Amino acid sequence: MVGLFGRLKKGLAKTKASLINNLQGLVRGRKLDDEFYEELEDILIQADMGIDTVMEMVEEIKEEARVKKIGESEEIFPIVQEKIEEILLEQGGGLNWAEEGPTIIMVVGVNGVGKTTSIAKLAYQFKKEGKKVLLAAADTFRAAAIDQLELWAQHAGVQIIKHQEGADPAAVTYDAVKAAVSRDVDVLMVDTAGRFHNRKNLMEEVGKIKRVIDRELPNAPHEILLVLDATTGQNAVSQARSFNEMLDLTGIVLAKLDGTAKGGIVVSISKELNIPVKYIGLGEGMEDLQKFDSREFVEALFEEASRGEDDEG
Amino acid sequence: MAAFESLTDKLQSIFRNLKGKGKLSEKDVKAALREVRLALLEADVNYKIVRDFIKKIQEKAIGQEVFESLTPAQQVIKIVNNELSELMGGTQSKIEMAQDPPTIILMAGLQGSGKTTTAGKLAKNFKSSGRSPLLVAGDVYRPAAIKQLQVVGERVGVPVFNMGTAKTPPEIALASIGHAKSNNNDVILIDTAGRLHIDEDLMEELQEIKKVVGPHEILLVVDAMTGQDAVNVAKAFNDELGITGVVLTKLDGDARGGAALSVRAVTGRPIKYVGLGEKLDALEVFHPDRMASRILGMGDVLTLIEKAQQRFDEDKARELEKKIREKKFNLDDFMDQLREFRSMGPIEDLMGMVPGMGQMKNLQMDERDLIKIEAIIQSMTREERENPEIFNSSRKRRVSRGSGTKVQDVNRLLRQFTQIQKMMHKFGSAAGGKKAKRMRLPNLGFPPFQ
Repeated sequence: MVGLFGRLKKGLAKTKASLINNLQGLVRGRKLDDEFYEELEDILIQADMGIDTVMEMVEEIKEEARVKKIGESEEIFPIVQEKIEEILLEQGGGLNWAEEGPTIIMVVGVNGVGKTTSIAKLAYQFKKEGKKVLLAAADTFRAAAIDQLELWAQHAGVQIIKHQEGADPAAVTYDAVKAAVSRDVDVLMVDTAGRFHNRKNLMEEVGKIKRVIDRELPNAPHEILLVLDATTGQNAVSQARSFNEMLDLTGIVLAKLDGTAKGGIVVSISKELNIPVKYIGLGEGMEDLQKFDSREFVEALFEEASRGEDDEG
Repeated sequence: MAAFESLTDKLQSIFRNLKGKGKLSEKDVKAALREVRLALLEADVNYKIVRDFIKKIQEKAIGQEVFESLTPAQQVIKIVNNELSELMGGTQSKIEMAQDPPTIILMAGLQGSGKTTTAGKLAKNFKSSGRSPLLVAGDVYRPAAIKQLQVVGERVGVPVFNMGTAKTPPEIALASIGHAKSNNNDVILIDTAGRLHIDEDLMEELQEIKKVVGPHEILLVVDAMTGQDAVNVAKAFNDELGITGVVLTKLDGDARGGAALSVRAVTGRPIKYVGLGEKLDALEVFHPDRMASRILGMGDVLTLIEKAQQRFDEDKARELEKKIREKKFNLDDFMDQLREFRSMGPIEDLMGMVPGMGQMKNLQMDERDLIKIEAIIQSMTREERENPEIFNSSRKRRVSRGSGTKVQDVNRLLRQFTQIQKMMHKFGSAAGGKKAKRMRLPNLGFPPFQ
């Protein structure tokens, strides 16, 4: 577990560097005026924390500072930390597994967020846990998407159900669900084509895939995961909202969180949508898609920060 | 926060009490610019750029005369819009072609930004302008990346050079030049693997490719949805590689695309093209003024209009113009217009191009509505279509039965048509003969119903 936490800290290094260091820089010996709060807004926004979330948070902080008669800017830092923790710690929960029969996980998202790669990593991890895994290549649209998934399947040593390019994704899904039951697999993951959430017909198509699963296997899909690209800005919330309306999402996979300073998006999604973040992507390696643990996340984000302050002293 | 309230509306409410003042005061401007700041931040423009921008606008705006024809809100929007457009640079930046072919274009960007698709679109553009492009498969890391490029190449009818995954990308890039020369390819498009801007090894690899092939263009492909990090990405790629231009992709989504401004501001490089979808012809020239409106949350209506104009048959347009001038616009013409509108693509996609629109329930328009309207018009006699005045209740009943709709639907359509007709005829007399182009806009902007 130490290894995982180490990876988490490394993956969040950038977020920490910008968000926490900036906050610490800001709160050093400042007057609590409009300018101060505007800079606080800027710092939080810079971490892609979402305008609405930030505005609300800063209002609350202002109010708290007024009520508690806080005059020192340094005292603002722990309040910010508290606010962020408050939002994040409401989060939680792993995957929902079927009580019996195959667990079906549908994976959706806009183009280029990392759906197929996330599926590959999950497949590898499930397989390592001793589960029997099946993949469904229901992205029949993008050039070579099926090949990509197939190569990953070979790599992870799991089975795949596929049709040819251009086939009906609902039909692929149908076959895959049947196969999942007859082959008695533990988990079936359905890869879907990237689609923009403002395309009504494509959103209806993905709704149909869900209905096919539900019809063939009651109570399925057990998980409908939306993959978001952590480098995405404000639009991420809009994506989550639209997919949630169509599909009732059960969770979010936040891919590509490493290398960006944008860990703040986790806060904004938690706050504005109330959809749990279940996995976060922290690197290219197969193990780098990690279960999201809000407590560890908060710890990784703030732990070193308080130490760092002393070092710089 | 009312997410769909446009910036114009917000500013209008701030300026409501401002009538007759003549000049923009510091207090008014500051209040207005707070809203502009939020609009820009909501659009993912980098916060530092927003800060500088607001400061600049403030200096410009305070004390300005409010033009008679504009409200103070419009005046501020105009200043902001002009300044934004200017920041984003000139329009129509073309690809520099080498005097001594082949022209070599290197594509770079983060994972999933759309490099391969964009390479395919560029290849198609080159091909249709009479050149002989070659696509080069330089992504040896992602599974099936080569296959993806091959499929793309096949779709656009452009050859793909690959050496499998055994050679390094710089080796492949170098070898492709010889291949292009012996096959008379005059443009080489090198697709590369997506990489994080902080991945030192992979950034070095790009530098190596640059060194061995000496590209004429290095295009950074940026996803329009990118958040605050866009500045860091663009800066890193530009510092390491010296990019020559940017392609902004996925503008068919509803992201406001503030990344465009950020990228332009930190690199100083022009945005050369924008990508509007996975179909391989959806690459368009970048229009700074339209992007400015989009970033401000005022929609990309101009692109919509242009799309309409492209589809519009010139002869039909002239004929229509004549009819409008002679006040003879009838239901047949109305149906033609609807068909034109539908031929531009699924109605939902068009609506989606207007930010915020996609989520507005009461404005959601269905392909089925249009089909219904067509059915109604097709159930009319020729005489009825030309002279809708003659409709009485028995005619309406017949048409509703014939089209499988309700009499209310027929009534509604006739009412809407009358409004449109009135508007068209007014335009006809106002515009006189010459301004045909402007006349086309009102009827093609949106269908007249909700």
